[in-house]
Amino acid sequence: MGQQDAMLLMKNITKTFNPGTVNEKCALDNVSLTLKKGDFATIVGSNGAGKSTLFHAITGAFFVDRGLILLGGEDITYQREHVRSRVIGHLFQDPLRGTAPHMTIEENMTLAYRSAASKNACFGRIRSSDREMFREQLALLDMGLEDRMRQPVGLLSGGQRQALTLLMATMVTPKILLLDEHTAALDPATAEKVLSLTRQIVADRKITCLMVTHNMHQALTLGSRTLMMNGGRIVLDVGGEIREKMTVEDLLAQFAAKAGEELDNDRILLSK
Amino acid sequence: MGSIFTVSIVQNALELGLIYALVALALFISFRILNIADLSTDGCFTLGCAVCASLTIAGHPVLGLFASMAAGACSGFVTAFLQTRMGIQSILAGIIVNTGLYTVNIAVMGFASNMNLFGCDSVFTWAKDAIGGSAYKLVVVGAIVAAVGICVALFLNTRIGLSIRATGDNPDMVRASSINTAAMITVGLCVANALTGLSGGLLAQYQKSCDINLGTGMVTIALASLIIGETFLGRGGMPKRIFGVILGSCLYRFIVALALRMSVPAECLKLVSAMIVAAAIALPYLRSQAAFQKQKRAAKAENQIYIRSLAKDDGEGGEA
Repeated sequence: MGQQDAMLLMKNITKTFNPGTVNEKCALDNVSLTLKKGDFATIVGSNGAGKSTLFHAITGAFFVDRGLILLGGEDITYQREHVRSRVIGHLFQDPLRGTAPHMTIEENMTLAYRSAASKNACFGRIRSSDREMFREQLALLDMGLEDRMRQPVGLLSGGQRQALTLLMATMVTPKILLLDEHTAALDPATAEKVLSLTRQIVADRKITCLMVTHNMHQALTLGSRTLMMNGGRIVLDVGGEIREKMTVEDLLAQFAAKAGEELDNDRILLSK
Repeated sequence: MGSIFTVSIVQNALELGLIYALVALALFISFRILNIADLSTDGCFTLGCAVCASLTIAGHPVLGLFASMAAGACSGFVTAFLQTRMGIQSILAGIIVNTGLYTVNIAVMGFASNMNLFGCDSVFTWAKDAIGGSAYKLVVVGAIVAAVGICVALFLNTRIGLSIRATGDNPDMVRASSINTAAMITVGLCVANALTGLSGGLLAQYQKSCDINLGTGMVTIALASLIIGETFLGRGGMPKRIFGVILGSCLYRFIVALALRMSVPAECLKLVSAMIVAAAIALPYLRSQAAFQKQKRAAKAENQIYIRSLAKDDGEGGEA
């Protein structure tokens, strides 16, 4: 695979937390990963396997000990978090994390839009053209939010807030979208809604996307690749035909074989 | 009421209320919006006062007001620098700056503990010549506070203003949307302390003097004003909240005027404002505690009935 068409290239990424203490933990152990533009990969793994740490290495919540991270051909290994987050969309499990509760919907959207679009007019205010655009985008969610743009986000439900966060993260197409179990805290119906929105937005805009999930069925059916992590390493990386033929049982068996242990996670969903 | 409040007392309270409203606005930005308790406010207020007094004596009253803003902004920058770049907790950063400012303030005042501006030109003497009457002070102060209030309201709706608000509301989200939280805290504290400085500067020209202890307890007084305003107007849009802060400051001065009128010694006022602030901030917590106790009592009573019925059943069962 040429490096030219790689959207994300991680090479030999290592990160150890609390080195030299009893709490020393090698969270990422020589991880290498390449995502082509438009790739949509799901990640599964036990608790503490390094899934979220992998995301935080990409977003820059900490700097890695060793290794190289290229995003869209640009070296971001030591780029500060707020600089690189301009082109990274990141959704968390907690639906409250992505929006400011005491600010209105349109103010939240303005923040996300103006920052991502590198419109650096510090003293710029919300324009009516922006407002019109926000209204159109909100209408796509089909949650009636387009009529509540002047209301504080704190009044929305968790599902509505997560959908809004998704919209804010993708309003300006990010180079990569990181979804960290973003539907896990929602009730099943809302989760399904947010997931289908995600699928639609990612497909329409051909966004390069990484998604952590504990739902084995989702892991095999969403996107085009399935990654499995264990002990800070990527132990399985399947795509194409092999993945299409794979069942949830195969995936679990693969995990047992690669990791030398059962996939141990009380939150794992084995639904077909 | 008429006998308690004469026109001049009302006017006086209004003037002072408007001047101190600028500090309350500063606290509104730092405490309410950025969620930082900025304890450098006391020293910063005196700094603005001292800087403006020095320049007014030198014959530059307008420059003095702008300089007091600039001095306040510098002080805010140092506080922000200590907490964002030096890893010092925000409260401690404020206390450190406040302590250091004492020396700075004394130095600005030419190593004296007070300054006298009698006979100097000030914006108020100019206004007296231009407008005349007895309301000239109110006009000057009102115009300045109105202008500042409008500017703050406009500023908080700009991109940078929204970023500052989000920084206090949800730092996680702000980092994820490529905003530098350290920079936003710095800008926010600079703006807030510039207002504190301006307030001090205005007061110097208003009361024609400056004293090293002028700022003592200013944080508490400003917080009291802020809370009084919020109690009266509640939360709402930015313009409403800002108006509430200004209103709160005026109301606080009316309370003070009333207390003085009823011969409460002036020395007691700080204790009164301390109690207002403590009570107002504790109120939501106390309310939730009271609700819980009530619930607990109700549940306990219900459980007692159930436990008693169990014992009764048991007793009957044992006999049979």
